Amino acid sequence: MIVRILGEARYDVPEADLPAIEQLDAQLVDALERGDEAEFSGTLADLIGQVRHTGTLVAADDVRTSELVVPHEGSTLAEVRDLLAQGA
Amino acid sequence: MSVMKRLSGILQAKANKALDKAENPADMLDLSYEKQVENLQKVRRALADVATARKRLELQASQLQAQAQKLQDQAKQALGQGQEDLAREALARRATLAEQLESLGTQHQQVETQQQQLETTATRLQTQVDAFRTKKETLKASYTASKAQASIGEAVSGISESMTDAGMTLDRAQDKIAQMQARAGAIDELLDTGALPDALGGGGDDIQKQLDATSRAGQVDAELAALKAQVGAGAESPGLAAGTAPGTDTAPGGDASGEGGNA
Repeated sequence: MIVRILGEARYDVPEADLPAIEQLDAQLVDALERGDEAEFSGTLADLIGQVRHTGTLVAADDVRTSELVVPHEGSTLAEVRDLLAQGA
Repeated sequence: MSVMKRLSGILQAKANKALDKAENPADMLDLSYEKQVENLQKVRRALADVATARKRLELQASQLQAQAQKLQDQAKQALGQGQEDLAREALARRATLAEQLESLGTQHQQVETQQQQLETTATRLQTQVDAFRTKKETLKASYTASKAQASIGEAVSGISESMTDAGMTLDRAQDKIAQMQARAGAIDELLDTGALPDALGGGGDDIQKQLDATSRAGQVDAELAALKAQVGAGAESPGLAAGTAPGTDTAPGGDASGEGGNA
């Protein structure tokens, strides 16, 4: 599955590695809902690390679009809330 | 709901909207590239501002340190003159300066963090701009395929999202710079007028004035004593006796009593 890290690149993550990423995504939602900034930034860093580690970089001329999008590294809780509000 | 899925949906919607508006997706690529370059320039300018602000803070800290050292020396000098109150005053002012220095130190750390964040942003944008420049021609060549269009749309929207992130970093840095400049201006003014120790009363140099006055008084005393000795010795000379006490029969005796009255 193609995962985009905003401001960085697209990664092709094997299906087998998706559960770990989804688990971190769920933790991110939880931190967002509780407004826990420390938990949020820690989880986001873990999530980005996991995508980079398990995925392979997608080449520029590969036209596949991404199905999952990870916020930009170092995003604050408020920034991600703003970003999500744009889709509301 | 999953953050990653929601963000993906938002990005897709944006990409579709942008693609609908664009007559030619290739134009989107060029426009996006121009915006990225523009943004990178903004970040670089902000970085220069942060560096300037940081240097200013460092300069102020060294000025405050010099003042603190001066007050320490003055306290020592005052104690040497036996003026304990004055020494206490100098040390109290030095403590105020120490507080200012501490707060400058905290600010300096914040500026360093801002600088690091901006540097990271600048590096990230530079990498993004470089990568985009090389890949936009590849994408342009294949944009007729509908799948390629979607990819172009996502790439451009994804980049504009991350430019929003860069914009936020920029906004935060600029707020911080403005705050710092206001504070630095206030400290400069205080340093210029010597009013910084005014919190404890008096101008910055009144301690020096008192020290100088005391040492001047000491000097005057010493000179007076020297003069007295000279006058006492000179009283034997007829010229002086004639000049100071004309018509007095017992000149040396008169002079001696006059001096005794003055002492």
